[in-house]
Amino acid sequence: MSNLGIPKTYKLFIGGKFPRTESGRILKVRGPKGEFLANASRASRKDFRNSVVAARRASGGWAKSTAYLKGQILYRIAEILDGRTDQFVNELVAHGLPENKARAEVAEAVDLLVHYAGWSDKYQALFSTVNPVASSHFNFSSPEPSGVVVIVSPTRGSLPELVSVIAPAMVGGNAVVVLAGENALTAISFAEVLATSDVPAGVVNILTGHRDELVPEFAKHMDVNAMLLCSDDAEERQGVELEAVENLKRVALQPDRPLSPSPYHILDFQEIKTTWHPVGV
Amino acid sequence: MKTEVLPFPARRDSPAIDQVGVEERAQRFCARSLKKETKMSALKLAVTMLDVTTLEGADSVGKVRQMCQKAMRPLPGDPSVGPAAAVCVYPRMVKTAVKAVEGSKVRVAAVATQFPSGQMRLKERLGEVKYAVGEGADEIDMVISRGQFLQGEYRAIYDEVAACKEACGEARLKVILETGELTTYDNVRFASDMSMAAGADFIKTSTGKVPIAATLPVTLVMLQAIEDFYERTGRMVGMKPAGGISNAKLALQYLVMVREVLGPKWLTNDWFRFGASSLTNDLLMQIRKQETGRYQSGDYFSQD
Repeated sequence: MSNLGIPKTYKLFIGGKFPRTESGRILKVRGPKGEFLANASRASRKDFRNSVVAARRASGGWAKSTAYLKGQILYRIAEILDGRTDQFVNELVAHGLPENKARAEVAEAVDLLVHYAGWSDKYQALFSTVNPVASSHFNFSSPEPSGVVVIVSPTRGSLPELVSVIAPAMVGGNAVVVLAGENALTAISFAEVLATSDVPAGVVNILTGHRDELVPEFAKHMDVNAMLLCSDDAEERQGVELEAVENLKRVALQPDRPLSPSPYHILDFQEIKTTWHPVGV
Repeated sequence: MKTEVLPFPARRDSPAIDQVGVEERAQRFCARSLKKETKMSALKLAVTMLDVTTLEGADSVGKVRQMCQKAMRPLPGDPSVGPAAAVCVYPRMVKTAVKAVEGSKVRVAAVATQFPSGQMRLKERLGEVKYAVGEGADEIDMVISRGQFLQGEYRAIYDEVAACKEACGEARLKVILETGELTTYDNVRFASDMSMAAGADFIKTSTGKVPIAATLPVTLVMLQAIEDFYERTGRMVGMKPAGGISNAKLALQYLVMVREVLGPKWLTNDWFRFGASSLTNDLLMQIRKQETGRYQSGDYFSQD
């Protein structure tokens, strides 16, 4: 799989860069028969904090960029991912997936990106309303990005799972911090795709690490506006909802599997702003 | 406070600075790890050493009053935090600030002598000092004429510092060297030695108006100058790094450095200050983080 003869180092993706975890800890990634594949980084809560700082810095500019640009960038991710299909297939096969299934997963991820790229200038029209009011005002409501969204991906962390949670939050103008699932290698290779697709630094940040260590920190952070948790564990869900109360984060709970493509996943991380505009009598 | 003015020092009496050595030693202070109670007490100490600063053309009476409130009670609801050491403003805002901090321990510092460039005749610059002191400033932050220094007119710098000290009367004098414009550590060291001999109560790195502001190595050079001056004359001189210290972690590294170079005597706001505008909130956010275990958001802290 490689000419180097040395296993690749899988680092984190924070603020457009690939730093090692500040903690120096590793996750040993093993194949289906227990063979060593690579050392990935085991992110600490400080890495998470740094990711939120990077996301916060990026969120303003990304939210203001035009729908057209956001759509183009998502489409660009799809193009680059498509061109790197073989790399992803190799990694997935090493993880124990049959080759035809691996190819299907990459194709599904590309389709998802194209799907959400298309929504970028359409969901606003779908979710906006003109409201009848009993005064001489033109009253309308329209969606705006929440800001910084943290995402706990489905446990397995396959490529379609990862893309299905990142793309809707991202196309809605949010900056995201994602905790990848067990398939750390795919997640970081996907980060390499993001890094070469004109995605502004900090708009997507990807961490690999232990879920039980990081999920509570995700829920507690005061500078996070919303959180997506893909989990079937009632206790984990309740824990997140309790911690999220402190700064009234918006929490979206989803089952532990890929999100089916839908504009309503974009709506999960939008705030609805209503405007009262006086009109002549 | 009566300060004795010492004779003009010769440049050859200031030791040459080993650039690589200073930078490596400064780097080593960053490796110290402060945790739990130690971190908390260091954060609270740093808050009491703040010169909360606003030096903008857009400063208004309202903004200065607001800032004074923040200096007196940095974390409303928690009296164990603060107050800050001083507020630092332009001379025209001194009266407003003095009135706003009345009855508190917060002092009022004014920048003067044609801050930030210092490009004006000495007579007018001294007039500015007298005006600020007359308005009630407790401390004066003066700038030296870097242009003259770089031309080699060292004596003029010594004379202007001494003249400002005299114009200050009871007010304490902080001398801004603007180290980013002095280009070498040797220059910084000599400017420090000269300012202290001429009667400076504090030496300060920067105005915050040029791209290169306070750094750990340049502060280390100045701390060493203070240490040598203290050994030789027995007079303590304060240190104020200013500009570019925007986060709590960096502030704590400065405190570690002061503690290790000058010792605990300097760890009070009589002898050490931070000149900063955005550092305050980061310190407060770190204090709240220590208390609650939650990383904080700027949304929950006042911006001015």
